[in-house]
Amino acid sequence: MEQTNTPKKNPLSMQLDLSKFSDASFAPATEEEKRQQDVMSESTTFFKDGMRKLFKNPLATCSMVLLAIILVTIIVAPMIVPYRYEEILSVNGKRDKGAKNLAPFTYSEMEQQYIENGGKRFPHLFGTDEQCRDYFIRVIYGTRISLFIGFFASIIVLIIGMLYGSVSGYFGGRVDLIMMRIVDIIYSLPDMLMIILLSVVLNELLHFESGTIFARLGTNMISLFIVFGLLYWVGMARLIRGQILSIKENEYILAARSIGAKPGRIIRRHILPNCLSVIIISTALQIPSAIFTESFLSFVGIGVKAPMPSLGSLANSAREGLQSYPYKLIFPAIIICLIVLSLNLLGDGLRDAFDPKLKR
Amino acid sequence: MSEPLVEVRNLKQYFPVKTGFGKTVYLKAVDDISFTVGKGETLGLVGESGCGKTTAGRSLLRLYEPTGGEVIFDGEPVTAKNITHMRKQMQMVFQDPYSSLDPRMTVEDIIGEPLDVHHLCANRKERRERILELMSYVGLNAEHARRYAHEFSGGQRQRIGIARALAVNPKFIVCDEPVSALDVSIQAQVINMFEELQEKLGVAYLFIAHDLLVVHHISQRIAVMYLGKIVEIADADELNSHPIHPYTESLLSAVPIPDPEITRARQRIILEGDVPSPLHRPSGCPFRTRCRYATEQCAAECPTLTDRGSGHQVACWNK
Repeated sequence: MEQTNTPKKNPLSMQLDLSKFSDASFAPATEEEKRQQDVMSESTTFFKDGMRKLFKNPLATCSMVLLAIILVTIIVAPMIVPYRYEEILSVNGKRDKGAKNLAPFTYSEMEQQYIENGGKRFPHLFGTDEQCRDYFIRVIYGTRISLFIGFFASIIVLIIGMLYGSVSGYFGGRVDLIMMRIVDIIYSLPDMLMIILLSVVLNELLHFESGTIFARLGTNMISLFIVFGLLYWVGMARLIRGQILSIKENEYILAARSIGAKPGRIIRRHILPNCLSVIIISTALQIPSAIFTESFLSFVGIGVKAPMPSLGSLANSAREGLQSYPYKLIFPAIIICLIVLSLNLLGDGLRDAFDPKLKR
Repeated sequence: MSEPLVEVRNLKQYFPVKTGFGKTVYLKAVDDISFTVGKGETLGLVGESGCGKTTAGRSLLRLYEPTGGEVIFDGEPVTAKNITHMRKQMQMVFQDPYSSLDPRMTVEDIIGEPLDVHHLCANRKERRERILELMSYVGLNAEHARRYAHEFSGGQRQRIGIARALAVNPKFIVCDEPVSALDVSIQAQVINMFEELQEKLGVAYLFIAHDLLVVHHISQRIAVMYLGKIVEIADADELNSHPIHPYTESLLSAVPIPDPEITRARQRIILEGDVPSPLHRPSGCPFRTRCRYATEQCAAECPTLTDRGSGHQVACWNK
């Protein structure tokens, strides 16, 4: 009966043909249909959003890939290469005196003979050093040590700086004044002098049982860590204090106080998560600076203890035969450059991705 | 008026302002105010920007340490010692829904935070149920619980803020201009929600606003503030129809009425000059510099609130 109510359509008319619609077409949408209309966008967290932007940045992505390759190499290589970093090369139990300062991918006379007799010998990818040790594995271990120092030093700096800075920034007033003057005093101490003095003093004081990780690192390295712990956190503390001073003014901090939250909870749950991006970035930028400091100290001879290599000490010992064996300087130098460059670029990328003020 | 729930007596909030070389001047943001809020009642607090409304609300809740005076809640004075306990009964809704919610927390965590702080929920399931209940009070759906604050509109954010304040089952909520950051259609929704919640839960409000129409709509009584002092308190209708203090008069004459006939006919009382700086308050009555009735007595002495019948209190010498 519905169809008869609608007027008959003139075949030439441009009007809609109402007879083609039934009443059902005009029925109100059901609840389910309404819900389908809701725009459902995926809930993105701050972190996800930042990571998405980070992966869009080609430089940062490249440096992440490069760092991943370096990390995999220094983990896997010692399992594949049959030499150890302190091992003096020998063939069939006999010391190979000819394997001194070999160029990359060459063999000593003894090794060549051994291969001709049907033996197998792993190639010296980076050649050997003046004490007949495989240079590739030494560079790998040097990278391990340098990265280890970089990460650990920046974690020490992060922990101390974060605790100190957040207490100083949150409580403000007189507490802040006193704590920041202490920071100023520490800031004014010459750090190289402190490192040299401390390593001399600690050399006398510290005696580690041989075989432990401490003994292998040597007192110089331990003192380097201690100096980082004592001196280098001030920059981080200042940075975090500044962040907290500005975040503290937000109304959600006042809201948390009106709820009855204690200062510890407010710092942990509200303030630190909100300056996390700055913390991540400056930690990422702290790593190359620690690696640099270590390389420099090893270069001037107060870094890691022989025979443990580090990139800096390798570069230092390569100076002696620089004219004849330039590759011994080139390899560790390239790796230092790659690590520092990619960490710096990654830090920049992180800052661009996570700093809301730089949103494009 | 029902029996008093919150009594504010001579509340003072001075902020020290350093003016170089060890000199300190005090900014008297709130200067000796007293009022009471009854159980389940709404007291409106109006005044122009910078007159100390927000500061009064915050020092009442001890978000600032008050310089003087006392606040008595349900017969018990609020002190720094019992404040954690008191925060379970006195809550606050903030003005700006954009900055009063932590951008790094989900709605569930924002509303659940008071429950965690006061250990009100025995386990996760109970907490979750309570949060969903609170969200349904303020008209939010369960699927909103996992989202972040920035994914909501201003009105919805303000609802989240209200749900957070309700989480501890408070008896008294200070609403610090809760609707002034919202547009008008949303304002009406949120205000109606405040009223519904009051009926359902019996909470009392101190409703701070600068919009007289909004305050008149929601409040039973209204207090008018000027430069850190309360100049008039009365029932909402009484104040609207028979304002006594010259400042209230001029405030009311500025309220827009959506009827051109009335607007044309009525007389606007336009105040001369600006609000004096709270650092250099005029002597005597704070309003005297802009008051058309001002006399010498006004400059000499500050008037106190006196009762003009049926609880209508006014602080003025001449009216």
